[in-house]
Amino acid sequence: MRSSTTSGPNSAGEKQFVIGRFPGFAAISWIFLLYLYIPIFLLIIFSFNASHSATIWHGFSLEWYLKAFGNDDVQRAAVNSLIVAFSATVVATVVAVFAALILARGGRFRGRGLSYGILMLPMTMPEIVTAVATLSFFTAIQLDIGLGRVVIAHTVFCIPFAFLPIRARLQGMDTTLEQAAQDLYANEWQTFRYVTLPLLMPGIISGAMLSFIISIDDFIITLMVAPAGSTTLPLYIYGMVRMGVTPEVNALSTVMLAISLVFVSTSYLIGRKKQVGPPNS
Amino acid sequence: MPKPAIEIKNVTKIFEGHTGRPVTALDNVSLTIEDNEFFTLLGPSGCGKTTLLRLIAGFEYPTEGEIVLFGESIRGLPPQQRPVNTVFQHYALFPHMTVAENVGFPLKMQGQQQDEMTCTAARMLDLVKMADFGDRMPDQLSGGQQQRVALARALAPQPKVLLLDEPLSALDLKLRQEMRVELKNLQRQTGITFVFVTHDQVEALTMSDRIAVMSMGRLQQEGTPIAIYEQPVNRFVADFIGETNFVQSTIAGIESSGARCTIGPGTTLGTGATAGKGKGAAVTLAIRPEKIRLVKTAGAAEGLKGRVAECIYTGTDTNYQVALENSDVRLVVRGRNAITGETLFKVGETVMLNVAEGAARILAD
Amino acid sequence: MRLLQSTPMRRVLGLGPALGIIGFFMVVPIGIIIVFSFMKSNPYGGVNPEFSLEAYKQFLFERNLMDEMVFNAAYLRIFGRSFFLAMVTTALCLLIGFPTAYYMSRQPARRKNLMVFLVTIPFWTNLLIRAYCWILLLRDTGIINNYLIKWGIINEPLTLLYTNFAIFLGLVYTHIPFMVLPIYARVEKLDFNLLEAAHDLYASRQQLMRHVILPLAAPGIIAGSLLVFVPCLGDFIIPNLLGGGKHLMIGSLIQLQFGGSRNWPFGSAAALILMAFVLIAMMIYVWGPGRKMKEGGA
Repeated sequence: MRSSTTSGPNSAGEKQFVIGRFPGFAAISWIFLLYLYIPIFLLIIFSFNASHSATIWHGFSLEWYLKAFGNDDVQRAAVNSLIVAFSATVVATVVAVFAALILARGGRFRGRGLSYGILMLPMTMPEIVTAVATLSFFTAIQLDIGLGRVVIAHTVFCIPFAFLPIRARLQGMDTTLEQAAQDLYANEWQTFRYVTLPLLMPGIISGAMLSFIISIDDFIITLMVAPAGSTTLPLYIYGMVRMGVTPEVNALSTVMLAISLVFVSTSYLIGRKKQVGPPNS
Repeated sequence: MPKPAIEIKNVTKIFEGHTGRPVTALDNVSLTIEDNEFFTLLGPSGCGKTTLLRLIAGFEYPTEGEIVLFGESIRGLPPQQRPVNTVFQHYALFPHMTVAENVGFPLKMQGQQQDEMTCTAARMLDLVKMADFGDRMPDQLSGGQQQRVALARALAPQPKVLLLDEPLSALDLKLRQEMRVELKNLQRQTGITFVFVTHDQVEALTMSDRIAVMSMGRLQQEGTPIAIYEQPVNRFVADFIGETNFVQSTIAGIESSGARCTIGPGTTLGTGATAGKGKGAAVTLAIRPEKIRLVKTAGAAEGLKGRVAECIYTGTDTNYQVALENSDVRLVVRGRNAITGETLFKVGETVMLNVAEGAARILAD
Repeated sequence: MRLLQSTPMRRVLGLGPALGIIGFFMVVPIGIIIVFSFMKSNPYGGVNPEFSLEAYKQFLFERNLMDEMVFNAAYLRIFGRSFFLAMVTTALCLLIGFPTAYYMSRQPARRKNLMVFLVTIPFWTNLLIRAYCWILLLRDTGIINNYLIKWGIINEPLTLLYTNFAIFLGLVYTHIPFMVLPIYARVEKLDFNLLEAAHDLYASRQQLMRHVILPLAAPGIIAGSLLVFVPCLGDFIIPNLLGGGKHLMIGSLIQLQFGGSRNWPFGSAAALILMAFVLIAMMIYVWGPGRKMKEGGA
């Protein structure tokens, strides 16, 4: 029987020695979580501030949201962000699915470890290094396709983010279902289309959402690689922050935070949907 | 009169269940464990035996009641302040320490000097026949070897009581049998009180000085192996230990030697103790299969008659299912086979059953 | 039995696109900056295609007014400061992150998952926004100062922004999830029986932590430290926004070369040096804790 780590006081009401508990750890943990979230909450609260000051509270108001979204520049930046994120996600996810199928199901082969290494490269390299390298590359080959440069750069680092949930899903999948399908005369393509793909779908969606969010949020690489004249939302916010702190920035930031939160939570929940496996005997 | 090693006094333990409903693991359990005794807690899983062990070790605290160690209450003491050590079911060897470091761990925690520690550790490993394994890591050892190291580690600080939580259950049969003998010898050698938890009744019967049979959080019976086997007090104990025939009957009359019970038209059995029941009471009789003898009917008219319904050959014996004449009652009878190995009675044969005097017991429930 | 017959042809088709994209758009660019680092800088941005070691010399030397090479410790100081900041940040993350990760692992399942989720979310939000939050808080007219003055605790605003203190706050804030999660992954697999056994064998709480928990958590601690230290070295948002651009770190140095300073070769050289550190750290990880993490609890 699994022990309970939280035996309460006994009938005599004595405090009891709990194995594995260390004094102060609980306090540190909760203070840490507060430290992590209070700045964000304050940002959100002050985005509703009914005054010009970004930091003195005067009352509740939505005027900054309206102002921010009425702004032409903001709208253009938002559109750019969406275009880039959407394109990068589509390409990255498709490419990641193929890669995951081979790596998770293809058995051992030479170069497998190396493939993983290359696949994870965008995640392990510091962003600043990737950013300047990509910029140098585009300059060297004089690639001048406007926003396309950003799309390409984003696609590269979106691939590992899309890949991981898909691979995780594949590894958790019960292969006997596919074996059953083939036993019942489905050929490879049919098995893939009617069995593997539907089962894999939550992982694919999860990966796509993560990839989308990573692209929307990206700043460093976009900063270096974007052509003059096109902005994305993070770049626009950066520009405004350098000029000063205004409630508009608060409002924009809150919206971006909300988008991130929604996407990540959804991705997480979808990814956790029950795996189909052998029934518990 | 030496103090008893452990006294469990009216101990109850209630857990918060996973679903939120409280689970009573132990219900008002009281028992006494003597010094220098090999004591076993026996019962099916979920009966509370492991919980009781953990209460003695200090990993849990009783909801009610008290535990007394050599006359002193250990209420509220954390495990590191109790002179009691545990051998865990899955050994719990520290994976990042060598065997010698594992065995020396308790001594180090108590502040012993390095030389003394190494000396004691070596001696302990010798005791469990693992003397050459000091430098190995736990993951390099087999299950049986890990178990010995766990034993050495628990014995090193010379505890007053050693707790063993189903230590043999993960071993295969041959190894288990060897370890049973070794553990028994170890207990005699060291003189430490052993409290042993198992669900295997053969283990309990072969190793223990005394056994406590538990079920559903309650103590069912406490006594020596012979007492538990020969005089089970209730249905559970009679059923859990060995095999038993249960026969419904009514008390026909009380005699000086015991009661006389009717088990079928015209057939009665004499029992020993009456278990406080009177004439006319409906009781359950418990009869061990090996206490009944089958005899070929050679025309004798007196006695219990029946027909062999099934023969189950088990090597040394055969278990016969015998249907009693004029009754629904079926009894299992164990009989030796002939020297040549044949079963002595065949299916369909009519036989007479001799129940040894006093072999039938009236159960309390 | 494999679903896809893994023929070499299939492998190429399946892995080709992914590896191709990454290979072409990451590996080749790295090659390009290696080349750039050996070239002369172009004042209009980009490089002049002439071989030169000027960039690497610039780390240690500079030309004075008489056109001689004189030792210049400025860049060494920047590297030194980056190292110092990264190390202190790592230490702080460890001090806060380890107890948190341990505490999380001891919670019942639902709360445990919730806490993991809470720690992970900030990772997915915009770095910039998270840094901005601190600007909001720490400026002279920021939230902290405003309310401290309002409540009469101080009269003059405290200088919180544009200090080393602010940089530490920001660095720890952005990087600490990378310390918590690896340690948590490791500690979560700890066999609870080991804790009981240690206490059973007379260990006190401190001894338990020192002799059992910490050694077993070590691979996670090392992994977390690497995951914090290395990105910290390359960070430039925090030093820029919270340090005011006066406290340069390696990351901001690099970014500057490709921005206002227009010294691409030097920037490339600096980026390569940073990359070298990353590779060293990665190799340390793969050969050490990386193996142990795969093996799981024992």
